[in-house]
This record gives sequence, C-alpha cells and structure tokens, in this order.
Amino acid sequence: MSSESLLSVRSLRVDFSTYGRLSHVLSDVSLEVPARRHVALVGESGCGKSVTMKAIMGLLAEPPARIVDGEIRFDGRDLLRLKAREREALRGTAMSMVFQDPMSSLNPVFTIGDQMETILKYADRRLGRARDRKGRRDRVREVLAQVRMPDPDRIAKSYPIMLSGGMRQRVLIAMALLSEPRLLIADEPGTALDVTTQAQILKLLHDLVAERHLALLMITHNLGVVRESADFVYVMYAGAVVERGPAAEIFARARHPYTRALIDCVPKLSGDTTFKGIDGSLPDYAAPPPGCRFAPRCPIAIAVCNRAPGESRVGPDHGAACWRAEETRA
Amino acid sequence: MTEPLLEVAALKKTFPLRGGLFGTVRGQVTAVEDVSFAVARGEAFGLAGESGSGKSTIARMVVGLTAPSGGAIRFEGRDLAPSGSSQERRAIQMVFQNPGSSLNPRRSIGQSIAVPLEARGLTRAEVERRVARLLDLVQLPASFRVRYPHELSGGQKQRVAIARALAAEPKLLVLDEPTSALDVSVQAKIIELLIDLGRSLGLAYIFISHDLSLMRNFVARVGVLYLGRLIEAGAVRRLFEASAHPYTRSLLASVPVISEAEAAVRPREPILEGEIPSPANLPRGCAFHTRCPHAFAPCAEQFPEARQLDVDHFARCHLLTRADKPARGAHEQFEQGSAR
Amino acid sequence: MSELTAEAPAPVSTAYQNWYRFSRNPTAVIGAAIVVLVVLAAIFAPWITPHPDHVGAIVNFRARHLPPSAQYWFGTDNVGRDIFTRVIFGYRVSLLLAAVVLAIAVPLGVSLGLVAGYFGGWAEIVIMRLTDMALAIPPLVMALAVTAVLTPNLIHAMFAIAALWWTWHTRLIFSITRTLRGQEFIEAAQILGASRFHILFRELLPNCASAILVKTSLDFGFVILIGAALSFLGLGVQPPTPDLGTMVATGADFLPDRWWESLLPGAAILFVALGFNLLGDGLRDLYDVESVR
Repeated sequence: MSSESLLSVRSLRVDFSTYGRLSHVLSDVSLEVPARRHVALVGESGCGKSVTMKAIMGLLAEPPARIVDGEIRFDGRDLLRLKAREREALRGTAMSMVFQDPMSSLNPVFTIGDQMETILKYADRRLGRARDRKGRRDRVREVLAQVRMPDPDRIAKSYPIMLSGGMRQRVLIAMALLSEPRLLIADEPGTALDVTTQAQILKLLHDLVAERHLALLMITHNLGVVRESADFVYVMYAGAVVERGPAAEIFARARHPYTRALIDCVPKLSGDTTFKGIDGSLPDYAAPPPGCRFAPRCPIAIAVCNRAPGESRVGPDHGAACWRAEETRA
Repeated sequence: MTEPLLEVAALKKTFPLRGGLFGTVRGQVTAVEDVSFAVARGEAFGLAGESGSGKSTIARMVVGLTAPSGGAIRFEGRDLAPSGSSQERRAIQMVFQNPGSSLNPRRSIGQSIAVPLEARGLTRAEVERRVARLLDLVQLPASFRVRYPHELSGGQKQRVAIARALAAEPKLLVLDEPTSALDVSVQAKIIELLIDLGRSLGLAYIFISHDLSLMRNFVARVGVLYLGRLIEAGAVRRLFEASAHPYTRSLLASVPVISEAEAAVRPREPILEGEIPSPANLPRGCAFHTRCPHAFAPCAEQFPEARQLDVDHFARCHLLTRADKPARGAHEQFEQGSAR
Repeated sequence: MSELTAEAPAPVSTAYQNWYRFSRNPTAVIGAAIVVLVVLAAIFAPWITPHPDHVGAIVNFRARHLPPSAQYWFGTDNVGRDIFTRVIFGYRVSLLLAAVVLAIAVPLGVSLGLVAGYFGGWAEIVIMRLTDMALAIPPLVMALAVTAVLTPNLIHAMFAIAALWWTWHTRLIFSITRTLRGQEFIEAAQILGASRFHILFRELLPNCASAILVKTSLDFGFVILIGAALSFLGLGVQPPTPDLGTMVATGADFLPDRWWESLLPGAAILFVALGFNLLGDGLRDLYDVESVR
C-alpha cells in the first residue's frame, strides 16, 4: 500500500502549548491515501482529526502548535521539510480542501462566479499558469457542471444566499476542484445538511473519485457515512490511530475495543434497541496515561496496557493498536 | 380511554414575508399546516423531518415561544394561552439542540439550574438543596455547581440543560434535537439518561430529530413532517417496518447504517433528486410531488387526505387511494393517542 | 458509572486564563500599572507627598516660582506651594468626580439600554429617541449652560455631564441586548418562568459586563479630561483645594519661563487619561478575543 500512496503520513506527533501547559495532542498518527481511493479518518470530537487535517494542509498555527516529529509525504516529497512558499504552492492546487460548513465558508457579498474566479486566479499565479478572464470563466462553468449543478451559468451569477444548503456544498466542492487537484480533503462533508441531501453529496464525492482520478481523504465522526462510501478507514482516538482497515472489514470485524464500542453506540435501524455509551472521557492531553490512551475507559484493559501497544496485524490490510487485538473475536 | 396529556389540533403557523421599500407584507410562508397529534402521559412521541419541515416551529408553539396562527393546543384538557409563560406552561419544558447556546455563558451551572426554582420563590437553602439533587439526578458531580458552561463538554452541558428543565417539575419535555451536536458515544448516554428519567419521573417526551435510527430506539410513536405537514404517523414499529409514504421510505433509504442487516431492512427507494423546496414557495397539491418518484396526476392538484392503514398508522398519499379503501375518522383515532 | 465519574482534572479556570492573557498584553499591563499607581497615590496622598501641608491655605513667598529640584520635585507655584504634592492631591479630586459621574451615568444608562433592548416596542422608541436627543448636545456646552443658570461650581458641572453621559451606555447596551434577546438561553429562561427582572439583570446583564467594563475604563479617562477642561475654564473647586485643571490655568499665565507650573499638572492629566485608555484598550483586546472563542 505504501509506495503508490499519494499522501503518506508517518508517525506524526504534535504538541500544543496553551496557558503555559504543554498538551501532547497527536501522539503517533500514520495514514496513507493512495491515488483513486476514498479514505476516511473517523473519530469523535477532541480525538485530533482536525489537527491532523490542518497539519496535512499546512494550516496549523505554530505556535501554539508544534510538529514535534514525523513526516507528511505528498507525491514523495516531505511537506514538513518544504519551504513555506513551496507548501503554499501546493495548497489549493494539487491538494485542496472542501470545508465543512457551506453557510459560513462562502462570502455573502460576492457572486459564486466571482469567488471562484478569484480563487482560480490566485491558484494560477501560484502555479505560474497564465489564463485570461474568459479562460477562467469557462473553467468555472466546467467545474460547476462536474459537480452536477443543473444550470452552471445561473449558479455562477447567483449570490450564496440564493442557493440551498446542498447547492452551496456543491459549490465548495467545485471550488476545491478548480485547479485539478490530485488529493481532496473533505471535512465532515454533508454534516450540516439534511440526510437526503447528504446522501446526494456523498454519492457525488464518490463518483468524482472514480471519474476524475482523485484521492479523497474524508474526515468525519459519522460512522454510517463512512461505511457506505469509504474504501479504507482509519479510526482515531485521543491523538493516535487505533485501528485501520478496509471499510467492510472494520465494520464486520472490528478488533480494537474503542472501535467496537463506537460501533455499538450507533443506534440501529433494526434489531437491538438498547443504548450503549462509552463510560469515562478523553484523557487530559497535558498528562496523558502512559501506554494506551484508551486504557482508562477500556472494558478489557489489563496490566500491560500501560505500555504503548504497537500495531497488531489482524488481517492482510487490517491493523489494531491493542495488546489484545488477536483475542477479540467478532 | 384516558385523556391525553397534550393534544394538538389542526395547528397552523404562517409568517409574513416582507419585502419592498417599506417592508410591506408581500405574502406568507406557511411553516406548519394542519398538524394534529396527541401525546399520552409518560409517552415518548417523535417528530421526524428535515429542514423546512416545521418541526422546530411546532416545538416552539407547544412550549409557548411562538403563537400559533390557527388550531389549538390543549394540555391536560385545557386550552393553552397562545404564548407566554403561564402556570400551565410551566409543566411543559424544553431542551434545546445546541448545549453551547442554551446555557448562559456568564452564569454558573448552579445558577442556571436554579432559574426555575428562584422563579417559584423558594428559599436559598431549598434552592441549594434541589440543585444538588438535580445534579445527582443527571449524574453530574456536585462540584459542578460552581463551574461555567465553557468548562464543560457538550454532553455535560446537555445534562445541565436537562437538569434545569427538570427543576421546573414538568410533565412534558420537548426535546429539540437534543443530541445532534454531540458525539455518538455521548449521545447514547444522554438518551439512556432520558429514558431512565422518563420512567422514574413519569415524563412524557416530544422528541424532535432528523435521525431516524435514534427515533426508532427511543420513541413509541412517531410523526413524519414534510414542509409543515404531517404526512405519515403511527407506532414506531409500523412506520419502520411498513412505511407507506414515499417520503418516509426515501428518508429511511438514505439513513446511513453500519451493518448489512440494517441495510437489508431499508426500503428500496432511489436517492431523492433535487432539494427540499422553500416553504415560501410551496408546490401545489401534495408538497412532495416535485421530488416523489411515484407522483401521478392527482398529486399536483390536491393535498391528500389521511388514510388509515392500521390501528395506529395513517399516511397522506394519493397512492394509497389506488388500493385501499378510504376510512373516515381514521385521523381522529390517531389524534386521541394510542390505546394502551 | 457515568461519563463523569472518571473525570479529567478541572480545566484551567476562566480567571486564570484571563489573567494569563492580560499579563501578556503590554498595553493592558502598562495601563493597569498607571491606573493602580495613580489610585494608590491619590488614596495615600497625605503620607507619600513631601509637603502635605501645602494643600491647605498656606503661602510661602520665599519659595515662589522655584523650578523643579530635589526639594520640590515639580517646582513651586506662584505662592510657593509644592506642585508635586498638589498634583497628587489634585488626582483625588479628578478621580472622585469621575467616579461620581460614572456612578450615576453607568447604572442609569445600562438599565435604560436593557429595557429598550429587551422589550422593544414603545419602550425602545421612547428611550432611544430620548437618547438620540441627548446625544446631540455636547457635554461641555451643556455643563457651561447649566452652570450659567445655577451656581457655577464643579459639582453642578459634573452633574450636567452625568445627565448626558448615560446615553453612550444606553446605546451600547441596547445593541448588545437586542442581539442577545434571541439567544436560546434567554428563550430557555422565558420558558422556565423567570421574571422579567431576572431576565434583564441576571441573564442579560452579566453578558454585557465585559462591554461595560471596557467602556467604563475608557470613560474614566474622558471624564477626567472633561473635568479638567471645566476647571481650566474657571469652574474648578474652591481654592485652596488643588485641582489639576485650575493649576494648568493659573500656571498658564507664567508660560513660557515658568513652564513647570502649567505643563507638569498638564502632564499629570495626560498621564492618568493615558493610563485609563490603555487599560480600556487592553481589556477590550482581552474580551474580544474571548468572545471569538
């Protein structure tokens, strides 16, 4: 899986310094996004997935953050060793992001077309590409059509307030596609939308991956969404990846106690109607437990869990960071 | 049959649309139209719908924040004043969706919970005592009394919101998407708490959500709203296993599930095209016909009447007239609350 | 076991967070230092000044018009009194008067703003139009007009200022309250049966506290300046009580040779006004950042 990965994050460690305290937010995050694959990074709030995403995009404010260790390779080049200018050249071009909230990510006083043309203009400049106004206008229409907008011309002339939530989300996706990126990072796509609209957006993303040879890294907390659209899943807890594997495999045969507990928490559409939560809460990142960070809440924790578990291979492409991963049967 | 706790009859809400130079009224938005349902004592009733469905507006009318434009709301047999907080209304309380904004950021947890207690004029000592008891009831440590909302997690804040609502000793609690803003592991705990409280305190709930899986596991009866109309309602089991309205079926079909077993149970419907129309621009006839995969002639003409499908299950869809016989008065049966 | 029993340690408290951020803001710290210095100096004036007796009716003709020296830090005035001592005592007058004006204006302005913002309708119309009218009158002119009618003294003048000063606070609190009115926690309070008094003063007011604090700090500076301007124009307290504005006025006769008699009291006014301004700015930075959170 590793050598053809478009994006490869290895052993990322990030600390945060706030109010005089040092928090070890990311302890060891590794993930791969191969070309033409839809990869999901799943975790609940506070697990560090947003920090990971920002580190990849180069949007982490340092200070208060500090990337202590690790590498982030895009197309073979380590982003952390690049100069700021080179990093910027990649952002919005080869690697772009679809933001979470379409309501607040669009500037209300400019038309969609204006905003998109501006983005394209600056991206072209970063890439050293020349394109005139007409060229930009055409590209904007082209991209709006790619995201299945019914009337690209009309949309380009509209203001954000005239569009519905679903359309605005498509606009955000279109903006990310303007410079023909190779990697798309989608932050909680469709969370702010209705279930029926969300289903459309997810289908669109999945189709785009196939049609446009994109790699997609989706950050989300919604397990159902992940199962239905992702190829490969990374589950994060308290700053580390605790389990990774093909989506179908993870949902059918999760091996890490956190993943299993999380799946159990989701209310079911059939069968069992009882509610099960997870006791306890996230550790204090300034004084995390030694070893496995889930141990204090884990129903099957044992003495050795106070030493950091490495990854146990439980399947050809399936790994879980748990001392007891092999014992846990589905 | 025992009298229902809450009865809502032909509830309607319109908002004026203002525009033009002087903000003259140019039309109206019908947020809620002809909605009727009843909630029995101690029962959990669900209202499901997406944006524009009117579910939050209905909640606000039940709780007294907004006055209805038509129809009536009866609580324990008596008509309620259109809005404002009266003695009767005190027994209906609400838990909001966003725990971050439903608690005053500048007041401590103890002070927030004490609001309804102070409103009743209890002594300081009594207020303290009850606040401590309420914190315990929602499984929060007593030390939280002096903390501030921003020092709490989302789940903890929501527990505080529940404690505060309970301080008013309500008989009916309106829950407006109480867990949408929370992680799923926390959501489960909050729902568990609500179920326990419902049982031990005999509380009735109106549970509003767009999350059908959650609905299925929490409420006994549910109504599905689309653009302000109740298009299908019934016992939860019936609705999920034998849904009749195309919208309900499409909704169920789009719910993301995490197991094959659940996927098999979902109705087979194509992904809905288009977007929900704006309530300011309602389609003629059945509001759903613009997106309905099975729409036919009468759908664009007239809003369908309610058809009884079972003892506690009705739907409003023209498709049902093709096979079933229309039944009069079926709607009323549902409105009286289920026979238990 | 609830999600709580195995609880993470108590988070960093708000007070600590505020202190942390405040202490790293140079503007705020300097402003606070100046204000604290001036207030303490004013309070302990009789004990810290070299010539406390010069405050009273005393003349010392042999020491008239002396430039600043080791004995008289700011020099002496036209009747031989130590200017430094009189400046410090002058601070008492300035601070006290500013405090009185604001003690009247702020509660009044805030209450009116709350009522207008929360109830809207007629309350809003009446209060805000009244505010508009009052805002059209310049405070200084009003003070002069009032004193032309009543006895010209500083107390009357400051009451006139107070009578107009509340308007700024009303405007500010009105706009904050109008926004807050639709917030869920206010709706929750209504549903819970809270009285209107409770909603205004226990729910809305605490949310205005930071804005009031910032504005009041800045106001102190402005009101001190206005007070000094009024006494410069001749409406000062009765001599021999030292008053900064009066000192600037009387010392002005001896410019430019005996500059210390006018400029040093002037600098003292500047110093205290600057302090309050910096403090106010620092507080504004502190709270603006917090509200972004």
